Amino acid sequence: MSARLELIRRSLPALLGGTVITIQMTVLILLFGVFFGLIFAFGQVYGNKPIRWFVNIYEKLFRSIPELVLLLLVFYGPPSIGIRISPFNAAVLGLSLRATAYMSQIFRGTFKSVGSDQITAAYSLGMGKYKTFLFVILPQAIRVFIPPFANEYAIILKDTSLAYALGVAELLRQGQYIIAVAYDPLTIFLVIAVIYFILTFGVTRLLKLLENKLKIPGIGVEIG
Amino acid sequence: MEDKNRSLLNIIDLKKSFGDNLVLDGISFSLDTGENKVIIGPSGTGKSTVLNCVNRLVVPDGGEIWLEDTEIISCNNINEIRQEIGYVFQGFGLFHHLTALRNVMLGLIRVKKVPKKEAKEQAIAKLEQVGLLDVLDSYPAQLSGGQKQRVAIARALAMEPKLMLFDEPTSALDPELIGEVLNVMKNLAREGMTMLVVTHEMGFARAVSDEIIFMEKGKIVEKSSPEKMFKQPENPRTREFLFKLDELYGKGGEE
Amino acid sequence: MLEVLTEFMIIDIFVRNFGRFMSGLRFTITLTLVVMFLGTILGVILALGRSYGIKPISWFCTAYIEIIRGTPMLAQLFILYFALPAYGIRLSAVAVAYLGFTLNCAAYQAEYTRVSIESVGADQYKSAYSLGMKRWQTILFIVLPQAVRWSIPAWTNEFIYILKYTSLAYIIGAPDLMTQGKFIASRNYQFFRVYLIAAIIYLIIVLLSTWIIDKIEKKFKIPGFG
Ligand SMILES: Nc1ncnc2c1ncn2[C@@H]1O[C@H](COP(=O)(O)OP(=O)(O)OP(=O)(O)O)[C@@H](O)[C@H]1O
Ligand SMILES: [Mg+2]
Repeated sequence: MSARLELIRRSLPALLGGTVITIQMTVLILLFGVFFGLIFAFGQVYGNKPIRWFVNIYEKLFRSIPELVLLLLVFYGPPSIGIRISPFNAAVLGLSLRATAYMSQIFRGTFKSVGSDQITAAYSLGMGKYKTFLFVILPQAIRVFIPPFANEYAIILKDTSLAYALGVAELLRQGQYIIAVAYDPLTIFLVIAVIYFILTFGVTRLLKLLENKLKIPGIGVEIG
Repeated sequence: MEDKNRSLLNIIDLKKSFGDNLVLDGISFSLDTGENKVIIGPSGTGKSTVLNCVNRLVVPDGGEIWLEDTEIISCNNINEIRQEIGYVFQGFGLFHHLTALRNVMLGLIRVKKVPKKEAKEQAIAKLEQVGLLDVLDSYPAQLSGGQKQRVAIARALAMEPKLMLFDEPTSALDPELIGEVLNVMKNLAREGMTMLVVTHEMGFARAVSDEIIFMEKGKIVEKSSPEKMFKQPENPRTREFLFKLDELYGKGGEE
Repeated sequence: MLEVLTEFMIIDIFVRNFGRFMSGLRFTITLTLVVMFLGTILGVILALGRSYGIKPISWFCTAYIEIIRGTPMLAQLFILYFALPAYGIRLSAVAVAYLGFTLNCAAYQAEYTRVSIESVGADQYKSAYSLGMKRWQTILFIVLPQAVRWSIPAWTNEFIYILKYTSLAYIIGAPDLMTQGKFIASRNYQFFRVYLIAAIIYLIIVLLSTWIIDKIEKKFKIPGFG
């Protein structure tokens, strides 16, 4: 038992180093996904026909191709035409392409959840499209957005483990390095599992608290 | 044409189709300042569509709508025009994420750019006018239907409109809550507000309206003063419809 | 520009390795179907255990569901593949794929089922009890059939997820579409093109499955439900 604790103590710095890379990837992918997802959602709602077409096809495409295949394509694609891309960047880019597709859909659903009566009422007060979005749609949408966002966060965090396949020294691969020298895979994997669990479960719980805080009085059941 | 300068609102030969469904088939009438007209008619006849066109929430296919000297269908400052026209919906349309007070303040702050402190004072005054000083900080979901509708009226009034549109403002309400909304509307009419009201509350129509417009299938069948409309309607269709209303809502004149 | 375009010339590679791609695809599809079938059954049992079981059972089911959903699938596969042998349990890559994906799928299916179970209203229990039904009868004949119907959209979503995630077999080396792709690419060094072919094959089967599921759902739609 004490040998096991000693192993955990010695490997923790390396595992935490891997955790930092995992978190870095997650944050970058979330930023990409939210930014481009928002743009795509706007394109889909307010854009002309070709733009709507493009967004539709993009979403279908990147929601259908497996995450791992996307990573490998982004990793092997650019070098074959002479562009170098690091494993870390390939992983972030590949998962961001996917995250954008899902985020765009989440945003669209969120905007739609704000009823058309709200928009009509805003227009009848003389608000334009921009003001209506900013002061009426957005504040209501943000509350509906949190649950699917929390879900998407957990998916992205877990998916960063796929960067293992490209050789990125994220949490899982750091674990494998340690296992290679200290042969106690179960202990190391359990520590890794605990770290992942804290990151997913802990953060989604926090977002749940935020959601409750933002709840509109009198509206008991949240949509979604 | 010279008519248009005399009236506050002048609607001329308004036409609208949704796909091949002809909803408005040449509607014309006008409203002078301080006047109060009520539109009645069967469901699906185009009453809401008329009001929506006045606010250009629906764009008509033909005709003209003049608000004083501005033609609404072709104007390029619709957001300014909409500030001059208050609109109260059947379904309230209160912003779910804002308290009663904030609902009324929003348009003042964001559209009229009134400073926050003044906006608050004005909003409170309007809420007082509709008898709602006690629910300033309640959210829409915490209010009764009658309270919601009165907040909606206060919100529209806060923009200091020249004209108020009401689309069946009481038909989503429980019977015991209808009175409080109608009273607010009656007071408004007495204070000289120009109002165009779609309603089947004949008591209200009789008490405050200058003219009742009976619409059917996108056309105006008959318009006349309430006395004449109730005592001797010209058109047999009008008679039939009023008879049905009596059955549904009871006789209007008693109140 | 031309260089970029020629990167996408893949027909030749596809034709030459047709047999391997197809055998990989067959494995992927079989794996997905078996995992979905077993995972859904296990998931329903877990959900029932969580919602209606006595304390220790409910507690165990909850912990299982949350832990699986809170950790990456790849980590779970690694535990089965790399950690179990230290305790004398040696599983082949194929066995790990079947077992690992099923255990993972079950947790997600359980969660979707639980949400549906909880959305069945108290009035349903009341009417069932008032007819003299016992608790287990109410759960089995009244609640579960409704919950299953509510769950179907989420379940079919999970099908697409599993179909995509079986590609993780590549990392442990079970002979799925991606593993076959890796084998082909390790011979001709055309990694991008080979994986592009795999991507297109996945795209086709995913879109096809979605289409078929849509059709089935429409056909069996119960009026007023969902
Ligand atoms: N946005 C729209 N798109 C298509 N059709 C519409 C739209 N709005 C209204 N209609 C149709 O136009 C017709 C008239 O609708 P409108 O709402 O103006 O009737 P109404 O007289 O207000 O009826 P009610 O008493 O039921 O409110 C109806 O047949 C309706 O289905
Ligand atoms: Mg109407």
